[in-house]
Amino acid sequence: MSAFRTQTGGRIDRTRKVHFTFDGKTYEGLQGDTLASALLANGVHLLGRSFKYHRPRGILAAGSEEPNALVAVRRDEARYTPNLRATQVEIYDGLQAQSQNRWPSLRWDVGRINDLLSRFFPAGFYYKTFMWPKSAWKSLYEPVIRRAAGIGKSPTLPDPDRYAQRYAHCEVLIVGAGPAGIAAALQAAKTDARVIFCDEQSEMGGSLLSESAVSIDGLSAADWVAQSLVALARNPRVTLLPRTTAFGYFPHNLIGLNERVTEHLAQLPEHCARERLWQVRAGTVLLATGAIERPLVFAGNDRPGVMLAAAARTYLNRYGVRTGSRAVLVTANDAAYQAALDLGAAGVSIAAIVDVRKNPGGELHAAAHRAGIEIFAAGTVLGTRGSLRISGVQIGQVDGSGAVHFKRSIACDLLLMSGGHTPSVHLFSQSRGTLSWNEALESFLPGTPAENQRSIGACRGVYALSAVLEDGAAAIAPQRFTVTATVTSPSGWLGALPRPVDSHGAKAFVDWQHDVTVKDIQLATREGFHSIEHIKRFTTTGMATDQGKTSNLNALAIASDRLQKPIPEIGLTTFRMPFTPTTFGSFAGLSRGDLFDPVRRTPVHPWAAQRGAVFEDVSLWKRARYFPVGDEDMHAAVNRECVAVRSGCGIFDASTLGKIEIVGPDAATFLNRLYVNNWSTLAVGRSRYGILLRDDGFIYDDGVIARTATDRFHVTTTTGGAARVLGMMEDYRQTEWTDLKVWLTSTTEQWSVIAVQGPNSRRVLEGLVTGVDLSAAAMPHMSVARGAIGGVPVLLFRVSFTGELGFEVNVPSTHGQAVWEQIFAAGQAHGITPYGTEAMHVLRAEKGYIIVGQDTDGTVTPDDAGLSWAIGKAKPDFVGKRSLQRPSMQAPERKQLVGLINVGSNVPLNEGAQVVETRAQAVPMTMIGHVTSSYYSAVLGKPIALALIAGGRARMGQRLYIPMPGGELEVQVTAPVFYDLEGARIHA
Amino acid sequence: MLIIDCPYCGKRPEIEFSYGGQAHIARPVQPADYDDEQWTGFLYMRSNERGMRAERWRHVRGCGRFFNALRDTTTDQFHGSYKVGEPRP
Repeated sequence: MSAFRTQTGGRIDRTRKVHFTFDGKTYEGLQGDTLASALLANGVHLLGRSFKYHRPRGILAAGSEEPNALVAVRRDEARYTPNLRATQVEIYDGLQAQSQNRWPSLRWDVGRINDLLSRFFPAGFYYKTFMWPKSAWKSLYEPVIRRAAGIGKSPTLPDPDRYAQRYAHCEVLIVGAGPAGIAAALQAAKTDARVIFCDEQSEMGGSLLSESAVSIDGLSAADWVAQSLVALARNPRVTLLPRTTAFGYFPHNLIGLNERVTEHLAQLPEHCARERLWQVRAGTVLLATGAIERPLVFAGNDRPGVMLAAAARTYLNRYGVRTGSRAVLVTANDAAYQAALDLGAAGVSIAAIVDVRKNPGGELHAAAHRAGIEIFAAGTVLGTRGSLRISGVQIGQVDGSGAVHFKRSIACDLLLMSGGHTPSVHLFSQSRGTLSWNEALESFLPGTPAENQRSIGACRGVYALSAVLEDGAAAIAPQRFTVTATVTSPSGWLGALPRPVDSHGAKAFVDWQHDVTVKDIQLATREGFHSIEHIKRFTTTGMATDQGKTSNLNALAIASDRLQKPIPEIGLTTFRMPFTPTTFGSFAGLSRGDLFDPVRRTPVHPWAAQRGAVFEDVSLWKRARYFPVGDEDMHAAVNRECVAVRSGCGIFDASTLGKIEIVGPDAATFLNRLYVNNWSTLAVGRSRYGILLRDDGFIYDDGVIARTATDRFHVTTTTGGAARVLGMMEDYRQTEWTDLKVWLTSTTEQWSVIAVQGPNSRRVLEGLVTGVDLSAAAMPHMSVARGAIGGVPVLLFRVSFTGELGFEVNVPSTHGQAVWEQIFAAGQAHGITPYGTEAMHVLRAEKGYIIVGQDTDGTVTPDDAGLSWAIGKAKPDFVGKRSLQRPSMQAPERKQLVGLINVGSNVPLNEGAQVVETRAQAVPMTMIGHVTSSYYSAVLGKPIALALIAGGRARMGQRLYIPMPGGELEVQVTAPVFYDLEGARIHA
Repeated sequence: MLIIDCPYCGKRPEIEFSYGGQAHIARPVQPADYDDEQWTGFLYMRSNERGMRAERWRHVRGCGRFFNALRDTTTDQFHGSYKVGEPRP
């Protein structure tokens, strides 16, 4: 047993020794220890280096508020978790923990030079320092900052663990299993409510687990907790969740809980999730989140061995660990005296108590006096000594005039401090409740809640144990408790402790984790930052992973002091989730890999896959991009596929096209009001290219729309636009034109669409399709007919997205692959060639057919895209019409769709490349447009491109330039049609 | 996650809904009668209430219907929902 472990007491299991390593060295702890308590039991106080100055840091707290003692825990290469608070890590046999933020070693760290150079790194130094020259950003600032910044390292392999997620509903959710939470849970369990009761620690009981001398209803604190938990565990309506952090409070009483299921186990059980994310919808939420002891702010308050008084008491009473041999207590309240008394009784020498108050008193003060402890009233701390551990403290006293005098130096290896308590209002604040400042308690307390919710116990400033228990119970039903405990009056100190006026240089830390000192906050106020939100961002106080649990109030008080404004006027920064850092795995759950997103496959997919197609993702769809033959690359395959379509026949799976059936007596009127085109004149059995705008006049979607009956239209949309177009149609139908009798149905997945394109396409289909005369006279371009293929009913479109004679065969999806195979077989005699989306893109670009979202970007009007011919000019209105009449929508310098052909080069342009008017312009150049589509056209033997160019149609023949990393490319503006300009082939 | 009261289906979680912006902005029957400034106002100008806001929702993964609801933007609490065409309560 180590020298620092007590002989008896505590909640650790002294019969079960646990071996673990810290920075490679093996230590022994006991079952029930946290990493922090086990290291302290071994006399280890140095746990890490600070973020900015690389100062040696130890353990400040005993709970989740710990700002300093961040460690990484490694199980194997993939299971490596950085930035864990040593105070929350439960040890197990074989645990490997590592300190962070040091190189080459924790005891000898090169980065500590930053501490000596600290006058060059005041708050906001990065805003001021890393500005010029610009070139230094890439070569110097960014690499250096990236290496030095951040806390901890990421694991390097994918996370092998599984994370579970579940929803739960309950009438009462209680967060925090201290005395208030347990009292409330006992009362709730008497009702017929479903109760979920969670606590972030391994054991439930909260502050009662650290109490040695209190009794509740005749039982010791420990026995009362144990008895209560047994009763609760027996109740089938109560769910007890230890090791479960309520990390987020979301609207309408949805609380996010993160349950750590296996993290404390030496052997990971198979088939067990590492963590479980609970999304609990609660009728009432009871927040029993307690209060956090506040550090005192004085020079050198960050040395290892400087610790919160209540933390030292927890280590002693709960873990049986003496955190030092000779201690000094600095306090601004009575309660902390109990720590000195408990430690003194356990054999720690208490060298002195420094009480910040002028006239300390009360029961515990008297007890300390009786114990012979020297007490300095109106005391303060002027500084501390020590390198890797505190070795002494300089005490000062404030005289009647307010001047601070040096009093004495005292040797010690432990400095306890207590600045009072800060109610933990994080979750209350997250729930959008308003906080109110309580002058007597010098605390922000829960004010008006926004949810059905109640704060109980210390988190609303109720501290006396009997009051806490009764406050907890009363949330459900009043209950009296018989309690023996010392009653202390709450008091505290906010901001920096008194110090001599000439005390420059020494660092008094406010935010341990982000190395923010009193001077930094004062600098911020001097530089004109008067809002706490600005001060926070300038100094980064409270912005570390601990979200300022120990620092926010002190920072606020220092700013308040400098600005001569009361604290409530300065206000508190907003608390945000998560309360403590939460793993990404827990949020992701099973939504990773194949389950990240749904995958949509067409009925022809298996055929294409078997054929060796290379697929691409188009929204959620998998689409065949090209069909390589032999060792063809994409370029070769696409060239072959394009030539096949132009010279013979190609077959293409267009099933992903969005399809909407519009039915009803007002179907044509509905379409007239929505699309730019005139639909009244469209005959049954004919189709038309439709353009849909938003009311701002910009192109939203396009597609061929066929009239299959007087009151029935078959609308096609872009693949990615299907859902949003239907949503827009429904919006107008339900909210604007409620007078219209029309019904909309998505039929995207009901129809497989097989495009058969090319001069031979009629010959391929002629022998297959029954009931339709395919001749040019009987079935001209843009006509639609019903027929059958092999007995399967088909809706046959004569339509072309290639510029060739072509058909699109719509068949019920269940027959999609069978009909595809029949057409493919019949096409063998005519050289039928399957082609993919890449060839489809080239073929349509050769004809200048736009792709919405590629050649348009939400700022393109029909005229910009050269499509004003489609607009039904006589229509009084359609969605977007009024916007098209705004002067700016008709300006001649608007970007217009044109074609570009290379001059003097044969390299396809980069899509997205910017276009400029003249050569060798000075940077920044004047950009007049950009390339929207660019391909190599095998049929034309040269690259082609579409572009949006300012005043483009007036620039025909003009030479323009495209600045590229390798030099400027010269292009010539053409019409956006490159092949079969007169359009004869489509009518073949 | 909000609990939203669809007037047709009852209370459902937010993931079943899509948001539709400010309610009670009717598209003019004769947009041609609007001058440019009025039309711009219809297209782009929206209020940004602190407090009670009437807004559009669609139960897109449920009944598919649009409806309006009153929500307090400071607390995210709803104060009733109502069908399209009904006046703001």
